[in-house]
Amino acid sequence: MFHEHILSIILFFPLAGAILLMLLPGGNTNLIRWTANIIGFAGFLISLPLVFWFDSSIGDFQFTEKVDWIPSIGASFSLGIDGISFLLIMLTTVLGFIAILCSWSSIAERVKEFYVYILILQAGMLGVFMSLDFFLFYVFWEVMLVPMYFLIGIWGGPQKLYAAIKFFLYTLVGSVLMLLGILTIYFWNHSQTGVYSFDVVTLQNLNMPLNLQLWLFLAFFVGFAIKVPMFPFHTWLPDAHVQAPTAGSVILAGVLLKMGTYGFVRFSLPMLPDASRDDRIVTAMVTLSIIGIIYGALVSLMQKDWKKLVAYSSVSHLGFCTLGIFALNPNGLTGSLIQQINHGISTGALFLIVGIIYERRHTKEISEFGGLSTVMPVYATLFLIIAMSSLGLPTLNGFIGEFVILQGAYEENWVWAAFGVSGIVLGAAYLLWLYQRTMFGTLDNPENKVLKDLNFREVMTLVPLIIWAFWIGLYPKPYFTILEKPVQKIVQRVRPDYYAAKEYVPPEPIAEANTEGAEQAAPAAQ
Amino acid sequence: MNEYFSPIDFLVLKPVILLTLFGIGVMLTDLFLDQQHKYMNAVTALVGLAFAAVQLWLIQSEMAAQGVAQIEAFRGAVVLDRFAIYFSWIFLISSAIAILIAIRYLEIEQEHHGEHYAIMLFAAVGMMVLVMGMDLVTLFIALELMVLSVYILTGFLRRDRRSNEAALKYLLLGAFSSGILAYGMSLLYGMSGSTNLNVIADSLAARPAGDPLVLIAITAIAAGLFFKVGAVPFHQWLPDAYEGAPTSVTAFMSVGPKAASFAFLLRMFLVPLGSAREEWLPLLVGVSIATMTLGNLAAISQSNVKRLLAYSAISHAGYLLLGLVSGNETGMKGIAIYFLVYTFMNMGAFAVIVALRRRDLIGDEIDDMAGLMYKCPTAAVLMLIFLLSLAGIPPTAGFLGKYFIFLSLIETGHITLAVIAVLYVAVALYYYFRIVAVMFMREPVDQEKLSFSPGIRIALGVTAAMTILIGLYPEPFIQFAGSTVLSILR
Repeated sequence: MFHEHILSIILFFPLAGAILLMLLPGGNTNLIRWTANIIGFAGFLISLPLVFWFDSSIGDFQFTEKVDWIPSIGASFSLGIDGISFLLIMLTTVLGFIAILCSWSSIAERVKEFYVYILILQAGMLGVFMSLDFFLFYVFWEVMLVPMYFLIGIWGGPQKLYAAIKFFLYTLVGSVLMLLGILTIYFWNHSQTGVYSFDVVTLQNLNMPLNLQLWLFLAFFVGFAIKVPMFPFHTWLPDAHVQAPTAGSVILAGVLLKMGTYGFVRFSLPMLPDASRDDRIVTAMVTLSIIGIIYGALVSLMQKDWKKLVAYSSVSHLGFCTLGIFALNPNGLTGSLIQQINHGISTGALFLIVGIIYERRHTKEISEFGGLSTVMPVYATLFLIIAMSSLGLPTLNGFIGEFVILQGAYEENWVWAAFGVSGIVLGAAYLLWLYQRTMFGTLDNPENKVLKDLNFREVMTLVPLIIWAFWIGLYPKPYFTILEKPVQKIVQRVRPDYYAAKEYVPPEPIAEANTEGAEQAAPAAQ
Repeated sequence: MNEYFSPIDFLVLKPVILLTLFGIGVMLTDLFLDQQHKYMNAVTALVGLAFAAVQLWLIQSEMAAQGVAQIEAFRGAVVLDRFAIYFSWIFLISSAIAILIAIRYLEIEQEHHGEHYAIMLFAAVGMMVLVMGMDLVTLFIALELMVLSVYILTGFLRRDRRSNEAALKYLLLGAFSSGILAYGMSLLYGMSGSTNLNVIADSLAARPAGDPLVLIAITAIAAGLFFKVGAVPFHQWLPDAYEGAPTSVTAFMSVGPKAASFAFLLRMFLVPLGSAREEWLPLLVGVSIATMTLGNLAAISQSNVKRLLAYSAISHAGYLLLGLVSGNETGMKGIAIYFLVYTFMNMGAFAVIVALRRRDLIGDEIDDMAGLMYKCPTAAVLMLIFLLSLAGIPPTAGFLGKYFIFLSLIETGHITLAVIAVLYVAVALYYYFRIVAVMFMREPVDQEKLSFSPGIRIALGVTAAMTILIGLYPEPFIQFAGSTVLSILR
C-alpha cells in the first residue's frame, strides 16, 4: 500500500498539511509554527523511502500510478518518476522543509496563511515533477503560480505587488503558449492513432514531421525558457527574487527554476527529437545559454544589492544547465541535471545567507556591510563554504556539475566550452568580491558591531545543504548512476546515431524497441 | 398532424407553463404580503423553478429512455432537443441563484417587491422558449419577452439614477437592435416564404453563393444578435447596464439572458445560415478578435468591479464566438461547457459583491474590497476561486471551458486566433488579479464584519462547490455537454 502509492502520498501530504493548518486557530502563532515545521519535516521524511526503494538499474518510470481522471479527453492521474525527477523531488522536499524552517522569525504577520501557501506550493512543485500526464502536468504547473504570487505579494519587499504580478504574468504568457503546443501534440496524436491521450510516454514516441516539431519546440521553448529563465526572458527574475521573502527566494531559485530545465529534458527533447537536434535550434539555444552565462555573471559583478547579485548569478548558473542540455550528449545532460541540484543547494543556501543578514539589518546594500567575519564567525565560515560550492571549488558540488557540463560542451564544440570557462572565472570573481566586501575589511558601521551570530535554528537551515554539497563534491558516483539510464534514453531518442558512432552498445535495449529501431533505420537510410 | 394542438405540445411546454403560472402566482400573492414577508415571494419563485426543473428532468429521462433525440411541437415551431434542454438547465440554475442573492440585496435597497421575482420567472420563460424555438415568430416573441423582462429588472431600483439610466440606455439600444434583427428575419422570410428555420435553411442552401440578399440578411441578423450577446462593436450598452442594474440582476443578466442570446445566435448561424458559413466566417473572426481585444483591454482600467466584470463578460463573449468560428464538435462542446461553468463562476463573483452591500456602502468599487482577507477570509478565498476560474487557471472549472475552445481552434487550424486568444488570458489575469491584490494585500478601511444572508450562503456554497467540482472532476459534465451539442450541428 505504502510502496505502491508512495508518490501520491508524498504529493498530497503537503496539501493535507495545508488543510490541517487552516483548521488551527489563527491567533496561536507558535502552535502554527511548530505544526508547519513538523509537517515540513514529515514531508521530507515521507520522501526518504524513495532513496532506498529507487532502482537506478531501471530506465523506465518507477512507482507508477495511474487512475483515469477525465476519460473523455484522455487525461489520467498518472504519476511516475525516473532518475531525473527522483533527484528533483528530493531537492524539493529538502528545500521545502528548509524554507519553512527559515521563516520561523522572519514571518511575523499572517503566519498561518504563509505556511498554507508554502505547503500548497510544495504540492504543486512535486506534482510537476511526478506527472506522467501532460494535462496533469499543466494543471500543477499553473496551480503553483498562485501561492507563489501570494508569497511575493504579501510578504515581499517594497515593490512586492509589481514583482508578484510580473512573475505571474511572465510565467502565464509562457505557459499558455505551451498549452497550445500541448494541445497540438495531443491533436496530432489523435489524428494519427485515433486515440485521445495525454500520456507522456506515448507522446514521447511520436514521430512528427520536422516542420511541426520546430513550431512545437518554439511553443514549449517560450514556456520553459521563461521559467528557467534563459537570457532574453529573465527580466522577471531579479524583481521576483529581490522582493520575495527569503523562503520564497529559496524555493523560487531552488525548485521553480528547475521546472523550466526539467521541461526541456522531459518534454522538448524526447517529444521533439528532430527539432531538438536541428542545427538552427541547437545554435540558438547554445548561444542564448552562453549569453546567459556571461551576461548573468557580468551583471552580478556590478550589483550593489546583495540579493540581486545572487539573483543574477542564477541566470548565469542556469545558463550552464541549458548549455549542458543542448550539448545533447550524455555528459552534457548528466552534468546539467547534477548542476540543477547543485544550483538548488548552493543558491538556495546563498539566499538563506542573505535572508539571515536581512532579518538582522533590514538592508541588502553590500556597501552597508564589511568586516562581518569578526562579529559573526560562524556565519562567515558557512557563507565561505557555500560561496565556494557555488563558484565551483573542487571537493564541493558546483565543481562536479560544471566540469561535466564543460566536458559535454567540449565534446561538441570547444568554443562553447571556452565561453563556459569564462563564465566560471567571472562567477568566482563576483562571489569572492562579494565575500571580500561583506565579510572582510574593517568593521566600521556601528550597526554591524552588535550583530548576533547564527542561532541553532539558522545553522540547522544551512547545515543540511552544506552536507549535501560535500556529498556531491566528494562522492558523486550515486548521482551519475541514478542519471545514467534516463539520460541514455534521451540521448538515444534525440541522437540515435550517437552511440552507434561511438561504437558503444547500451547495456540494455530501450523499451519500445520497435519504434526506436524504425527511427534508427530512418536516418541511416538518408 | 391534422389537429392544431396535440397533447405532446403541452408536454414540451410543461416547464414553461409552470413557470408562467408561478410568475402570475407570485404577483397575486404579493398583494397579501407585508414588507416583512416579501421573502415569501422568493420562496414561491424558487418552488416554481423547482417544479419546472422536475418537469424538465422527467422529459429528459423520458427522452433518454425512449431514445428520442428531439420532440417537435406546435407543428415544428418549437423543438425540444438536447441542446434546448441543456441550456434550459442553465437558465433554471441561474434564475434560482439570482433569486437567492436578490432577497437581502433588495431589502437593503428598499425595493423589495414581488414583481422582481415574477419578472425573473417570465424572463426564464422567454429564455427557455428562445432555445426551443424553431420558428422566426416564436423566436422573436421569446426574445422580446426575455429582453423586456431584463429591461425592467435593470431599472428596478427606481429611485437610483444609475439604475434608471442603465435601463433607459439598454431599452433604447435594445429596441433598435431588435428592429435590425427583425429586418434580417423578414429578409429570410422573403427569400424562403417560411418562418420555419429548417425550411429557411434548405431554401438558402439552394441559392447561389455570394447572393447579395443573403449577405444583407446575414449582416442584419448578425448585428442584432451581436448586440444581444454584447459583442464588439455592439457592446456599448453592456458596461452601463451591468453597472447600473441591481447587482443581483447583473449577475442574472450576465449569465441567463446572455446564454439564451448565445444559444439563439448558434441556432441562427448553424441552422438557417449554416449553408452560408463561408460568408459569415470572416465577419465572425473579426468580431471575435475585436470583442476579446476591447473587452480585455478596457477592463484593465476599470475601478468599479461590476464594470470590470462587464468588460470581462464582453471578452468571454469573444472566446465563446471562437467556438463558433471553429464550428466543429469540440467547439460546440466548448461553448456548452463554457456556459455551464460561466454560470457558476460569474454568478459566484457577483454574489460576493452582493454580500459586500451594506446600507452605507455600495461595495462595487475595487477599493471597497480592500482587506477582505482580513475581514472575511471565506469571501476573499471564494472570490479568488471565482476570479481564477474566470481567468481560466486550472484546476478551476474556467480552464475547462477555455481548454475546449482552444483545442477546437487547433483542430480546425486557426492557430493565429488560438495564439491571440491564449495571450488575452494573461491580460485577463492581470485585471482579475487587481481585485485579488486589493483583497489580499491591502489593509481594510473599516473593521465591520460581513454578514451573509442564508440566500447568499447557499448561492456562494453552490457556485463555489460547482466551480471546484467541475474543475477537479469534469467527466460527467463533459459527457452531458458532449451529448447535447450533436443536435445543433446539422
